[in-house]
Amino acid sequence: MTFNAAALLLLIAGLALIGWLAGRARSNLLAGRAGAKLHSRPQYHGWYVALWLFAPAALFLAVWSSVSPALITNQVLATEAAQSLPSFGFERGAILSDARAVAQGKQADVRLPAAAPLVKPYADASHKYAWIGIAAMLALALAGGLYAFTRIKPDFRARTRVEKIVMLVLLLASLVAILTTFGIVLSLLFESIRFFRLVSPAELLFGTEWAPTSGAPQPDTFGGIPLFWGTILIGAIIAMIVAIPIGMMTAVYLTQYAAPTVRKWVKPLLEILAGVPTVVYGYFAALTVAPALREFAVMLGIPNASTESALAAGIVMGVMIIPFVSSMADDSINAVPQAMRDGSLALGATPNETIRQVLIPAALPGVMGGILLAVSRAIGETMIVVMAAGLSANMTANPFASVTTVTAQIVKLLTGDQEFDSAKTLAAFALGLVLFIVTLLLNIVALRIVKRYREAYE
Amino acid sequence: MTQDDLTIADPKMKAHGVNVFYGEKQAINDVSIDVGTDLVTAFIGPSGCGKSTFLRSLNRMNDTVASAKVTGQIELDGEDIYAPSMDVVQLRARVGMVFQKPNPFPKSIYDNVGYGPRIHGLAPNKADLDVIVERALVRAGLWDEVKDRLAESGTALSGGQQQRLCIARAIAVDPEVILMDEPCSALDPIATAKIEELIHELRGKYAIVIVTHNMQQAARVSQRTAFFHLGTLVEYGKTTDIFTNPKQERTKDYITGRYG
Repeated sequence: MTFNAAALLLLIAGLALIGWLAGRARSNLLAGRAGAKLHSRPQYHGWYVALWLFAPAALFLAVWSSVSPALITNQVLATEAAQSLPSFGFERGAILSDARAVAQGKQADVRLPAAAPLVKPYADASHKYAWIGIAAMLALALAGGLYAFTRIKPDFRARTRVEKIVMLVLLLASLVAILTTFGIVLSLLFESIRFFRLVSPAELLFGTEWAPTSGAPQPDTFGGIPLFWGTILIGAIIAMIVAIPIGMMTAVYLTQYAAPTVRKWVKPLLEILAGVPTVVYGYFAALTVAPALREFAVMLGIPNASTESALAAGIVMGVMIIPFVSSMADDSINAVPQAMRDGSLALGATPNETIRQVLIPAALPGVMGGILLAVSRAIGETMIVVMAAGLSANMTANPFASVTTVTAQIVKLLTGDQEFDSAKTLAAFALGLVLFIVTLLLNIVALRIVKRYREAYE
Repeated sequence: MTQDDLTIADPKMKAHGVNVFYGEKQAINDVSIDVGTDLVTAFIGPSGCGKSTFLRSLNRMNDTVASAKVTGQIELDGEDIYAPSMDVVQLRARVGMVFQKPNPFPKSIYDNVGYGPRIHGLAPNKADLDVIVERALVRAGLWDEVKDRLAESGTALSGGQQQRLCIARAIAVDPEVILMDEPCSALDPIATAKIEELIHELRGKYAIVIVTHNMQQAARVSQRTAFFHLGTLVEYGKTTDIFTNPKQERTKDYITGRYG
């Protein structure tokens, strides 16, 4: 007998179904007998019983699943057979897990001879704790179910209770995302602190030399400025030079000129563009755009033109961002009241004048917010730059030269064989933290602008 | 010609047999009306009677609605405004419009008024534009209130001031006709009184057509009144006649408050 959580969950779900039926039947019966009107409809009474039956038992199941292995192991270690185990380390763990696997029937026989005497204690302990767990769970389920069942009366407010429980469940669900974000920040923070013990934050933020070559004779240098510059050159300058005008023009066309049928086709197509995996853009940048740009640069006689140019990555990233900018601009232009447009047209302005002088200025705050969000996406984008931007940390304004970005370096630092506590590896976390903070700030500012703008027209 | 003379010898705008359709639905049915040069003409009628629709066909604002179609003849100074040769941009410069809800642009007061003259190239330089803006604001009765803060946003003004700013904006392009689509319906009584006073002052300088569902307002500001019902023109005549001696039963029922 082992403890199978999935089967047990199914069991209590079945019990909950019975509880649901019973609760519903009882409320009907009571109401019929008393000749009274039920406060809540019968299925709410059913749900009330079912939830009381299911929730405590399921919670117990979750807790027990994580606690019982430790209890089992403790019991095994207390037996005489365990006294001969090596005291610490890898071997002890291997013997224990070997014995556990046999006891649970996952393995036909022990691989380590020392594990053989432990199989029986393990099986006994598992058996015992499985029964304890199942009994406790069933007891909880029945207690919960009975408690709820006895509370059913015609005037019992089952609907209100059920609504409250549902609200709690939804609240818990929404907390998951928030708590995960906290967890991410904390883990980034801890690893970054370890890095900053080895290298000062000032060096990372203001140093101009990036050479994390661990094992080299000269000391590693972690000056982040070349990476930040590369990120800005690709994500905030080149990509935006591509995305802003094209995205804006797309939005203007779609909101002001396009016939409804055209709009119906073009908008979903743009959204598909936004859904293309970034690695596909990466291929496109590395295999098609970059070589073409290099040939073009060589033809113009530009020095140190590279196949891993900032321009190739930036242009493709800009194309990737176009749907993002255009849909934000589209929303902003649509949010400008029709009255504004009519007012301008009624003065004899052409549609073009109306767009340039009234609609776009009126929509500008919203558009700016959208652009900031787009920048924050662009600087966090990884695949395109990993595949197309190269890894040499140059500080150059020449868009045909190779530069590197924060995200590309993070990937480089974390891939390959290396110990997990070297400054080189830890630097990836510090860079991640910087990136996280910058994009967070950008997002906060952008969302504020967008929100204030929305309020202005409501 | 006195203003009380019913015959309009020299109409500014002439509409003849006008129908307006929104898709399949006919919103205006065979309306013929003349708009006098020196007169204020009021369109009254219950909600949905088509008075605003008809007003918007006088400067082709219905063009912005894709499903709208206008048939019949509308002339401005004898020129068919729906003729292919008519430039809608010039038409709207000559026939200005003030809307139900004040809709100043999110620009400065100065730029709101200067917008029209700039796009039509009426002011070759800044000094000329200053003159035009000041004149329009004076005519709209707003100059004294805003002359010290022309750089402030037009949207920061009160509702009544915003509406007078919109009137100044329309005047600044020097139109011949001003169409007003329920210009006071979003304003309080004091602001309404100011707009009505302004309409009195503007009469004679521009042909004015005002849509209103406030019958007292029509009686106060207009010399001609047209009563619309269910997309048709029921009665058109001197305002005093319409309100004291209507010829049609439906008009009488409406102005005495039986329906509407």
